[in-house]
Amino acid sequence: MAYSNKVIDHYENPRNVGSFAKDDPSIATGMVGAPACGDVMKLQIKVNEQGIIEDAKFKTYGCGSAIASSSLVTEWVKGKSLDEAQQIKNTDIAHELALPPVKIHCSILAEDAIKAAIADYKQKRGG
Amino acid sequence: MNYFQLFDLPATFELDLTELGSRYLALQRQFHPDNYAAASNRDRLMSVQQTANINDAYHSLKQPLLRAEHLLALRGLKISHEQRSFTDPVFLMQQMELREQLEEISTSDDPDDAIMAVEQQLQQQRKVLLKQLAAALEANTAEQNQQAAELVRKLKFFFKLQHELELIEQQLQD
Repeated sequence: MAYSNKVIDHYENPRNVGSFAKDDPSIATGMVGAPACGDVMKLQIKVNEQGIIEDAKFKTYGCGSAIASSSLVTEWVKGKSLDEAQQIKNTDIAHELALPPVKIHCSILAEDAIKAAIADYKQKRGG
Repeated sequence: MNYFQLFDLPATFELDLTELGSRYLALQRQFHPDNYAAASNRDRLMSVQQTANINDAYHSLKQPLLRAEHLLALRGLKISHEQRSFTDPVFLMQQMELREQLEEISTSDDPDDAIMAVEQQLQQQRKVLLKQLAAALEANTAEQNQQAAELVRKLKFFFKLQHELELIEQQLQD
């Protein structure tokens, strides 16, 4: 199976790899995994007082498509409000990266990771 | 298809693997296409099909995770092709840490020692999860079957880690 150029680009030059300090109250973390392939994805967002995502970082252990999907999502969410980021669909990710059908679950993982990070942020604020 | 029935074995997670092995060989002999060389087309086809079924069944029952998945599928819980993300944050954080340990092996002072340390952890965790899985499948209630499905998902992450560890070992040997 051949990877698309965009997947290779994100895989070879992943954007926003790393971690934020977890105890910072403006940071929220989404953790998701795919049992079928054992991939693990951590996606963190830094949210300002206006509810805008200022920065994002990720750490993914998985195949090229999983890394590319999380890298792309960290680029997309920057500057978005939480509500806008919530709207990101796995189909958009899969389309942008030209993922083949067997790799669609990688884009689902990335969508679920951003949703989990947003839920974590809301829980932190609400609780 | 019920693979346990095919081997005339009880549909349980704890399985006598020696018995499974000998029944597998007996069935293979019985349906071997060579025995059907002079048979009708229909019977020859049947023997080929049956041989394929026997191989699939043996492959699935031999491995604990596939056996658990098959058992759960027979109980109406199909999890082998699910694409739902796993979201238990505590478990996933532990997976991240184990992955980080794997990453550090190649740059550690004593890689063999580091491999041993991770290997032991993985073995220990697998043992605990497999024991819980056996108990949940044995209980066979709706709730315990869901619990068993969750344990199979967790074990898949551990089998993947084991695979990654073996790749690292190979790379270090080369």
